[in-house]
Amino acid sequence: MVSAQPAVSVEHLTKRFRHAVAVDDVSFSVASGSAFGLLGRNGAGKSSTIKMLTTLSPLTAGRALVAGYDVATHAFDVRRHIGYVPQLQSADVDLTGYENLLIFAKLYRIPRDVRRERIEDALALMGLERVAHLLVRGYSGGMVRRLEIAQASLHHPAVLFLDEPTVGLDPVARRAVWARVKDLRARLGTTVFLTSHYMDEVSELCDQVAFLQDGRLVGLGTPADLCASAGPGADLDDVFVRLTTGSR
Amino acid sequence: MGSDRIAGFLVAMLTIAEAEVRKLRHDPVDLFTRIVQPALWLLIFGQVFARIREIPTGGVSYRDFLAPGILAQSVLFIAIFYGISTIWERDLGILAMVLVSPSPRSALVLGKSLAAGVRALAQATMVYVLALILGIHLTFALPALAGVVAMVVLSAAIFAAFSLIVACVVKTRERFMGINQLMTMPLFFASSAIYPLAMMPSWLRVVASFNPLTYQVDALRTLMLPGYQSTFGLAYDFGLQVVVLGALIGIADRLYPTILE
Repeated sequence: MVSAQPAVSVEHLTKRFRHAVAVDDVSFSVASGSAFGLLGRNGAGKSSTIKMLTTLSPLTAGRALVAGYDVATHAFDVRRHIGYVPQLQSADVDLTGYENLLIFAKLYRIPRDVRRERIEDALALMGLERVAHLLVRGYSGGMVRRLEIAQASLHHPAVLFLDEPTVGLDPVARRAVWARVKDLRARLGTTVFLTSHYMDEVSELCDQVAFLQDGRLVGLGTPADLCASAGPGADLDDVFVRLTTGSR
Repeated sequence: MGSDRIAGFLVAMLTIAEAEVRKLRHDPVDLFTRIVQPALWLLIFGQVFARIREIPTGGVSYRDFLAPGILAQSVLFIAIFYGISTIWERDLGILAMVLVSPSPRSALVLGKSLAAGVRALAQATMVYVLALILGIHLTFALPALAGVVAMVVLSAAIFAAFSLIVACVVKTRERFMGINQLMTMPLFFASSAIYPLAMMPSWLRVVASFNPLTYQVDALRTLMLPGYQSTFGLAYDFGLQVVVLGALIGIADRLYPTILE
């Protein structure tokens, strides 16, 4: 499933706001078909990075290729090949689950003759068939999140961006989201790019992780390698604390 | 490629409008509560002012004269607050998710504006029913009704697009509400909605001539009232709305993504 061309490739990525540098000269690449975790404390620059990679926010400097397209010059092509689930709730609670998917199927221009099949497929993959025709207002947090992942992956994107996908969910709901994300990868070979504060989630889902601290890249590698380099018996939580508090 | 892009634009625009219509179908209560205000204007304001015989209404009774003005006003009031839903969608993640889809921004903005038009049409239907009950004389010829539909949708789209621009500039709900309260009444009073241009002091007439509402009211009166003579001509009224809408969508297209920052 992992092919030669990286799904995401970032060189010297920088985002500067008027008074602060949110992302500072960051470079990394994400192998196609893999799952990549971007970690760091609040305000470390994770969301700013995702916003630049999803074309929502312009780059101050550097270059980023997503699915082979330059986000600065080919934003439209990037958008056709990615899906994005923001941290905040993004399904429309005044519509049914099915309607949310229908609207996105149309926005992503999925041809009419396969639209219904795709939507039903996505509902089944996310375990939402039984509630499809109920208003999202009545969904649990876990159901809403699974619906959003369905919305963002309906068009079979090359790269799926998940910004803190299980924040605020109970352990059962979190595991259900993880299982669906794994199914999605297995079925469609989707590259997953996620941010998270939960190290168990990262260990469960990610092949490779990067740590940001004050906008700078302070660690990059597989979870196993990073743990090993942190000392005997260290887990990802230890790595996180070491890399993001500067006490190396 | 060209026709594909146009198709993409139309699909995105209609999809955004469709989402709004579906929401209205799930919860139409809002449509009914909004009829109260125009009803009060027609019933109370209209009844009282009809006693002043000196308002030059162009040969129609004051109540007849008022009805299209109140329709235009209620369309304005629906559309001008439309931007707040965009701030709401921004505060959630809905807007970010939509903006990451490969839809032209202008199609998203125009779709939202059209959605305001749909709500406004529901309002127009109710104003017509109310006018019938009150015995107001209206034209029911099909071309005239089609013209009313077109003008109501255009007017709603204009003020909704304007409202989206305000939302993109001020970015918070509190500021949006403040600015809108400040603008709505002047827009309404500096138009020919409740009194003719001829009655206005000359400075106000100048202000009114820059107000799209003035031309919307003129078109609606011409189309809705039998025997009413248009002040500017229907072609001018409609042409102006199209130009204004095009300009506003052009601005909103640029500003829409900046609401996220």
